[in-house]
Amino acid sequence: MKQRSLFDIISPIMTGPSSSHTAGAVRLGLMARNIYSDTPDKIIFKLYNSFAKTGLGHGTDKGLLAGFLGFGVDSPKIKNIFKTKEAKCINYSYVFEENIDRHPNAVDFFIEGNINMCISGNSVGAGNIEITKIDDFDVKISGEFNTLIMFYKDKPGMISKVSSIIQEENINIASLDCDRNSKGETASMCICLDSAVTDKTAAKIQAVKDVYFVRNIKKLEG
Amino acid sequence: MEYSLNTFARLLQTCEKYNKKIYEIMQEKEAFDFDITVSEVRSKTQKTLNAMKSAIKNGLCSTQKSISGLCGDDCVRLTEKYKKQKAIFGNIFEKITSYALATVEENLRMNIIAACPTAGSCGIVPAVLISLSEEYNLSMDEQINALITAGAIGYVISSKMPMAGAVAGCQAECGVASAMSAALAVQIAGGNTSQIINAAALALKNILGLTCDPVSGLVEIPCVKRNAFLAVHAITASELALADIESKIPADEVVDAMVQTGQLMPPVLKETSLGGLAVTKSAVKISEKLRRPNKNSR
Repeated sequence: MKQRSLFDIISPIMTGPSSSHTAGAVRLGLMARNIYSDTPDKIIFKLYNSFAKTGLGHGTDKGLLAGFLGFGVDSPKIKNIFKTKEAKCINYSYVFEENIDRHPNAVDFFIEGNINMCISGNSVGAGNIEITKIDDFDVKISGEFNTLIMFYKDKPGMISKVSSIIQEENINIASLDCDRNSKGETASMCICLDSAVTDKTAAKIQAVKDVYFVRNIKKLEG
Repeated sequence: MEYSLNTFARLLQTCEKYNKKIYEIMQEKEAFDFDITVSEVRSKTQKTLNAMKSAIKNGLCSTQKSISGLCGDDCVRLTEKYKKQKAIFGNIFEKITSYALATVEENLRMNIIAACPTAGSCGIVPAVLISLSEEYNLSMDEQINALITAGAIGYVISSKMPMAGAVAGCQAECGVASAMSAALAVQIAGGNTSQIINAAALALKNILGLTCDPVSGLVEIPCVKRNAFLAVHAITASELALADIESKIPADEVVDAMVQTGQLMPPVLKETSLGGLAVTKSAVKISEKLRRPNKNSR
């Protein structure tokens, strides 16, 4: 459960006009950037429902791009992000869609580059967000925790191997979610941590046999 | 300290037990919960305070419109009026109303504001806090005390419901901001803990049922002007509370009523723009105009 804070009430300091449609969009962009963690050639933002309908009036399009380019919710660059040199270095476009099966404020990031990746997320209110899907895998990342995500071959013993590597750093696991596309195929693991593991530890996990992909994602600040 | 602040009764009890002010209890709890020092809590609060002041300063002299072009020049219109003709209720009233508009207009221009508790209600707390701080020449410490007091009120309410128009209508956004502002005004005036909580109860009780029906789904109509109205609303509550006029329904029960009212409120009036003001003839016309492709929109 989320630990409530005084600063949920008297913050964030942010670019207006909407915590869900602007600040939430920036945070979704930041998370997508952290998860992809490479320089992309091209990105398509697909906005759904309320994001699609009222997003332009709220600067949701600008927020998503600004976050993806690494700017925080309080960056004065968000407002004019299309004119920044950072935005001119990337090929981006927007698609808008109605889909009642999706959250009212949902977005997909279709990212092309050295690897292609699709990341989905929702802005769930008051600037809070959740990443719900990476490629075909269901995940649950809120940005409130430092999070390790990995894809690996589904087989016995993987969770214990990974958790013992984390244990070497004496870091507490707050939650752990697993998913797989079918038995013996690719599985995903999403581990929320009370403090961040070092990149060295992440590399150790990456080196475990049959681990395909690891991301060490820092929690969102501000 | 490990305090539990899930109800106003508990907040009052805790203040009395330790003989401390609301802001002291809140800052100690925040420090404990997040493993930081009280002075870190206060310096983070000061950052919010500074952001509020910058937004007011910038907003007071700007007439730049929002992306939609619907709003953005009302604050200057109001300050111009005050230059020509003073407000009937005096200087402090001028400040409260114009600071509220200044902040919300900065918000719709995509400039920097502090959400308090939300972006759509960002003008109310700063309007009351900064106006009174200037009027009474408050020290930075006193201003921080007042803002943490306001935060504590929102904090207690948020244990029962999220602050979102989509959950409970505008009563959960501008209404809560007004309750927070009433509380901070009493703190500034030197009121006691019961009076502070009572002020919040009075403010909240008198906006129960406030819907969220923004035109075209944007944080503009009626949000901008509503911030000025509910900043003034807070002052009524604080004056009554300082006179020891009690809310006959205690603060916790008022919050329960707000939660229930929010649940009973039809979804068309909860940030969906499918009812109320959003579907009036004029609102529909505005929405149609905005939907037309406009090459200047980006």
